[in-house]
Amino acid sequence: MSLSTAVSEVDDWYVVSVHGDLDMATAPTLRQFISTLHMSRPLMILDLRGVGFIDSTGLGVIIGVLKRLRTADGELRVAVDVARVRRVFEITDLTKVFRLYNSPEEAVADPYD
Amino acid sequence: MTDAVAASVPAQGDEVTIEIPARPEYLSVVRNVVAATASVDPTFGDDRLDDIRLVVSEAATNAIEAHLAAGNENRIGITVVNHDDHVVVEVVDHGVGFSESDIIEHPSLDSDQRLAYESGLGIPLMKALADETDIVSDGSGGTVVRLVVYPRKRG
Repeated sequence: MSLSTAVSEVDDWYVVSVHGDLDMATAPTLRQFISTLHMSRPLMILDLRGVGFIDSTGLGVIIGVLKRLRTADGELRVAVDVARVRRVFEITDLTKVFRLYNSPEEAVADPYD
Repeated sequence: MTDAVAASVPAQGDEVTIEIPARPEYLSVVRNVVAATASVDPTFGDDRLDDIRLVVSEAATNAIEAHLAAGNENRIGITVVNHDDHVVVEVVDHGVGFSESDIIEHPSLDSDQRLAYESGLGIPLMKALADETDIVSDGSGGTVVRLVVYPRKRG
């Protein structure tokens, strides 16, 4: 199972779209993709609508991204519309650390500080 | 009771066993085989099969990490047994050994300190979604993770 990634810019945000299963086999692909992005602003939306499965290794990559953005005084938002993926964020209390949106459009529309 | 009758009443349910190389590329194979085996029991709905996929992925990830850390090229064993009203999954590794007392207590997830750790969510996920999670070090360098899942989450 491979993972595909893409980035686009919407307003001030970098929207990183992910397709595939996010586990120990594919997490390095996402980590590598994000670490090599040249971002002029620390504002990222992770679009996980194409992710059908995520486990703790996948969550670990996202925590790493969040840490990097916070260090730069930025923000991470996550777009999820698959219920079973959303549930993993809820069970691990990660919904207390960053906000989940149904789509990147919804995330972009939400004002930030 | 004759032998023939005894043979028709198995002591335990249907069992499926696979062995995988200790490589993360095989995690999706494990998830698919275990979920497909559990789905033979029609009382497991899609939500519970998703839970099974997740908990077995966590257990198998830990096993693969243990083997990679130990430079151990042995295979990892995964056994699924369909019982009358629940499924039991065992993931057996031959890594470095591990017990629940080895688990580091991470700060609460809603605290900024928690972000220092990118790992450590696997066991909480197993405990949240499986009805029973037992992690037993066999004393000779291996670990057995035993997960019991009922069609409806208990408790």
